[in-house]
Amino acid sequence: MKSRSTLPWLLAGLALLIGLNLVANPAFLKITVQDGHLFGVPVDILTQGSRTMLLALGLTLVIATGGVDLSVGSVVAITGAVCALMLNTGAGLAATVAAAVGAGALAGGGNGLLVARIGIQPIVATLILMVAGRGIAQLLCGGQVLIIANPAFEFLANGFVLGVPVAPLLVVALFVGTHAFVRRTAAGLFIEAVGDNETASRFAGLAAARVKALAYVFCGACAGFTGVLTAANIRAADANRAGENAELDAIFAVVVGGTALTGGRLSIMGTFLGAILIQTLATTMYYRGVPPAVAPVPKALLILAVSLLQSEQLRSRVAALWRRKEAAS
Amino acid sequence: MISGRLARHLPLLATGGILLLLFGAAAVAYDGFLSSRVIVNLLADNAFLGIAAVGMTLVIFSGGIDLSVGAVIGFTSIFTATLVTGRGLHPAVVWPLAIGFGAGLGALMGTLIHAFRLPAFLITLAGMFLARGTAFWLNTDSVGITHPWYDALANFDLALGESIHVPAAALLLLAVVGAGYVVAHHTRFGRTLLAIGGNEQSALLLGLPVGRARIAVYTLNGAGAALAGIVASVYTSSGNASMGLGLELDAIAVVVIGGTLLAGGRGHVAGTLLGVLIFGTIQAAILFDGRLSSWWMRIVVGALLLAFILLQRFLVRGVGKR
Repeated sequence: MKSRSTLPWLLAGLALLIGLNLVANPAFLKITVQDGHLFGVPVDILTQGSRTMLLALGLTLVIATGGVDLSVGSVVAITGAVCALMLNTGAGLAATVAAAVGAGALAGGGNGLLVARIGIQPIVATLILMVAGRGIAQLLCGGQVLIIANPAFEFLANGFVLGVPVAPLLVVALFVGTHAFVRRTAAGLFIEAVGDNETASRFAGLAAARVKALAYVFCGACAGFTGVLTAANIRAADANRAGENAELDAIFAVVVGGTALTGGRLSIMGTFLGAILIQTLATTMYYRGVPPAVAPVPKALLILAVSLLQSEQLRSRVAALWRRKEAAS
Repeated sequence: MISGRLARHLPLLATGGILLLLFGAAAVAYDGFLSSRVIVNLLADNAFLGIAAVGMTLVIFSGGIDLSVGAVIGFTSIFTATLVTGRGLHPAVVWPLAIGFGAGLGALMGTLIHAFRLPAFLITLAGMFLARGTAFWLNTDSVGITHPWYDALANFDLALGESIHVPAAALLLLAVVGAGYVVAHHTRFGRTLLAIGGNEQSALLLGLPVGRARIAVYTLNGAGAALAGIVASVYTSSGNASMGLGLELDAIAVVVIGGTLLAGGRGHVAGTLLGVLIFGTIQAAILFDGRLSSWWMRIVVGALLLAFILLQRFLVRGVGKR
């Protein structure tokens, strides 16, 4: 039962969405080369979706351990502020990115400590940083939007290498790396074991608390790098708006991708496609002229549909109905 | 050795102590803080947060969570404003309709959560998107409300002595807290909620109506959030789709600071009122000071949240060891 993949559903949904778009706009999938750079809606989806993808990548591991991290949006705001402070005091690019990712990992470590060592439920433990984090980011920024004027920094989010946008390249590389780490080593098995049954995996000799804590550290580091990309994209650190509601989109991408919220199962590939599906939906609404404020409605309907599809209760009820019909005929 | 009764009430006592401490410190530090006006305003300014938090307390009792309350407040406020100002309907018609919508959304979410064993967190998240998106679909701008009823409610206050005037919003908050207290601690429904939060399996085996209670509590909370939205629209004499943005987090924080266990099964409605007052005191103190920036609010609330969650954790561990 558990091994049932949601990947076909996901691909079907994506195909349906793209199909609808193609009917309305035949040039939807067209990619052209302008000034040596790739242009087109698919490139746009990848570039705009790269931040959600990265957040969702970190969250995939946390959710697979049976947890959740609500604080990633606030961590994006904090690490964006860290970037602005470092760059504006003349620090180099490498030091800035390292400091931001480090700050994110530190925040994740705090969450991991509360969840894995002290044993607080993940929603509650990460809620603390979600509430306080934005305050900390505003404190760092002094309540202002800090402008970042650094071409090398901006290149990370808006630049092109050989005509290909940099941000999606970096994010895809991280996805490939994480997928290899999870599936080519025992790490993925450890994470899924802890998420499936923590007590059993501890009795089997697994350092369950450490696996959990490290998942949160990884998630925090991903959020830290997302903070870098966000600040580089808008060329500023905005403590109020950076990463706002980003945790929701990211959690959604993970769940749509087939990683169960109850833990014990993870799919890096699914998360990637889930994030693409969400961004395609957002881009579609943008091109259809749906006001951004109304955009949550179709998203909500999609969440409900996906949740119902994944519900064992619904499946067994439908199956029972089916059987009754067959028996009657 | 702490007796069981004392251990059970320790979070509530700690909350009361912290409130006295914070208020005392603010009264010493700022001239004029210790006045009936400030105390009454603590209630009036946080009335809609408090009303939403009472419903949230009941949901958390049952081991659930509802992220949609802030969005329901936004929806209700723009919905009433659109109908009262735009269509000229009477509030006596619009208010029950708005509360009906809130209750309907709550019932829908509760049914999905119960019937299909879906995580409350995810379903109420969808509810939040739905309510907020619909609110902005109605109108993205702020809509002013002018109606005799609104003016009368905004100007109404109950005079207690010469200098104390309690506005309608504060009275309503106290009434809702009172009603919440009775429902939670003196009815079969309230005990069922606590039983579900404590251990759902045991509650089922005891023959308690788990499904009915769970759907009812989300319905009640939806209606409460809609009521909070109406209070917010009276308080500001306007409707705005972005009202109550992020309020669900404040409501959850207030409930936890009030000593209710987020895992469910234990807590007190009176603690939630104390939590609201702590929240209001911090806000008022920051306003009185003038030098402290608004972001300290979030940091202090986060620190209090951490302190209370750690306190609860160790208390639960202590009880578990017995």
